[in-house]
Amino acid sequence: MELFFGSIGRRALDFLERIYFLYRLIVDSLYWTFVAPVVGKGLRVGSTFDEMVKVGVSAVPIVVLISLSIGMILAMQSAYQLEQFGATIFTADLVAVAQTRELGPLMTAIIVAGRSGSGIAAEIGTMKVSEEIDALQSMGFHPIKFLVVPKLIALAVMVPCLTIIADFVGIGGGVVIAVFSLDLGFTRYITRTIFALVFKDIVAGLIKSFVFAFLVGIIGCYMGFKVEGGAEGVGRNTTQSVVVSIFLIILADAFFTAIFYYIW
Amino acid sequence: MDSAKREDYIIRVEDLVVAFDSRVVLNGVSLNVRRGETMVILGGSGCGKSTLLRHIIGLRRPESGKIIIKGRDITQLDNEELSKLLRKVGVVFQSSALFNSISVGDNVALPLREHTKLEESTIQIMTKIKLDMVGLAGYESFMPSELSGGMKKRAAFARAISMDPEILFCDEPSAGQDPIIAAGLDQLILKLKKALKMTIVVVTHEMASMYTIADRVIMLRGGKVIFRGTQKEFKASDHPRVKQFIDRRPEEYSEEEIGRYARALTSNSF
Repeated sequence: MELFFGSIGRRALDFLERIYFLYRLIVDSLYWTFVAPVVGKGLRVGSTFDEMVKVGVSAVPIVVLISLSIGMILAMQSAYQLEQFGATIFTADLVAVAQTRELGPLMTAIIVAGRSGSGIAAEIGTMKVSEEIDALQSMGFHPIKFLVVPKLIALAVMVPCLTIIADFVGIGGGVVIAVFSLDLGFTRYITRTIFALVFKDIVAGLIKSFVFAFLVGIIGCYMGFKVEGGAEGVGRNTTQSVVVSIFLIILADAFFTAIFYYIW
Repeated sequence: MDSAKREDYIIRVEDLVVAFDSRVVLNGVSLNVRRGETMVILGGSGCGKSTLLRHIIGLRRPESGKIIIKGRDITQLDNEELSKLLRKVGVVFQSSALFNSISVGDNVALPLREHTKLEESTIQIMTKIKLDMVGLAGYESFMPSELSGGMKKRAAFARAISMDPEILFCDEPSAGQDPIIAAGLDQLILKLKKALKMTIVVVTHEMASMYTIADRVIMLRGGKVIFRGTQKEFKASDHPRVKQFIDRRPEEYSEEEIGRYARALTSNSF
């Protein structure tokens, strides 16, 4: 009995400790992103740009490839249904709205979680195992400022950018199917797309992608700092960071979609 | 201890108590390090010597006790002040802890670039001097992964002294090195001490290393200080644990202890 309650107590404490750690991580990150540069404690601009290249620029090919496929798939699936009503031109509406509001941000975030979220967890985890984090601290540096903030800023800027690329390329994928398979005509399809899209669709997608970026960054860093027990721990937490990020991305997606649907 | 004498101590640790969860790792450790001396903290694996070091350099806060470095209790400092104090302290970690994503030169230059407003050309020269001091002249552009273990250690020394610290801490400098490289690192410590007039604190379990570098020795066991004194006193000590350490005798268990251990093992499996 005592064992039973003891284990519940330990688990609860362990859980609270994790929540507190996550809370500190978020608060410190926000401080070192927004407050510290203003009060003259500086921001590591150089490494922020390096991270932007790693997170953003080098992800462009894979984002383009996947968005193109998604756009084509959307067009074919929509046409399959719309043909029955002789309304294939509405393929343009479906592709444009689905891509900008939902699939552009979501697929981009999943790619980034797999590419960069895992990379962040592995990098910070390895640094922790090899005492590099301790070394940073012992030299009087703040690990959050050095490691977390450049990555967070890079993600927050680059994921929405990647999402915009994904939106364009996805719609392009729709165009390819519409022109070569559905005989809709390039100009007609584009006109229809422009007519169907409203500003809100794109903004809603970008807001989502910003939130996803934050989730990927924080989860990656959290999992990295929580690594214990050498290379095995790094591997385990890297995998976990991807699983947890994707899970939270989809939860957040549901939440924001509901908000945009019912309120805005 | 009169107050005039207190001034001489650059590091004072008083009644340090550290516990992980409910396990007490350090139980009332006190020690004093004089300015300019080399203090070796000896002890077997798991005696708490690395934990002690991690607390003295402010990586973890203790449950109770004081750690006074240059007259300031670091357990009471906020992060900002601690970070300032640490700039005058160099640390060589057990695994070298070089930043693997940047070159050796950048590793050494990093503290200078971040903490000082020196010009880049000056920083380059200082980096060269520090690398030269540890015998790694010309290795600026190498990546840490291209260096051997002993060279990594040397690079870690160069980085630790880049801000001309007053105190240098080394965690197991010769762990995992062959005897020749280990002896070379001991010589390096002696050389740096002579050149830079630093106070040096070394945590180790290598007796040979201790005999080469130590002015004074402290031995830890089970989270307590069981010996403190000079090398001569250490050799002459009649403390059974100190003798066991010097003579390299294995742990002896009584029949009763073995029986208890076996019972604990079997009863735990569920």
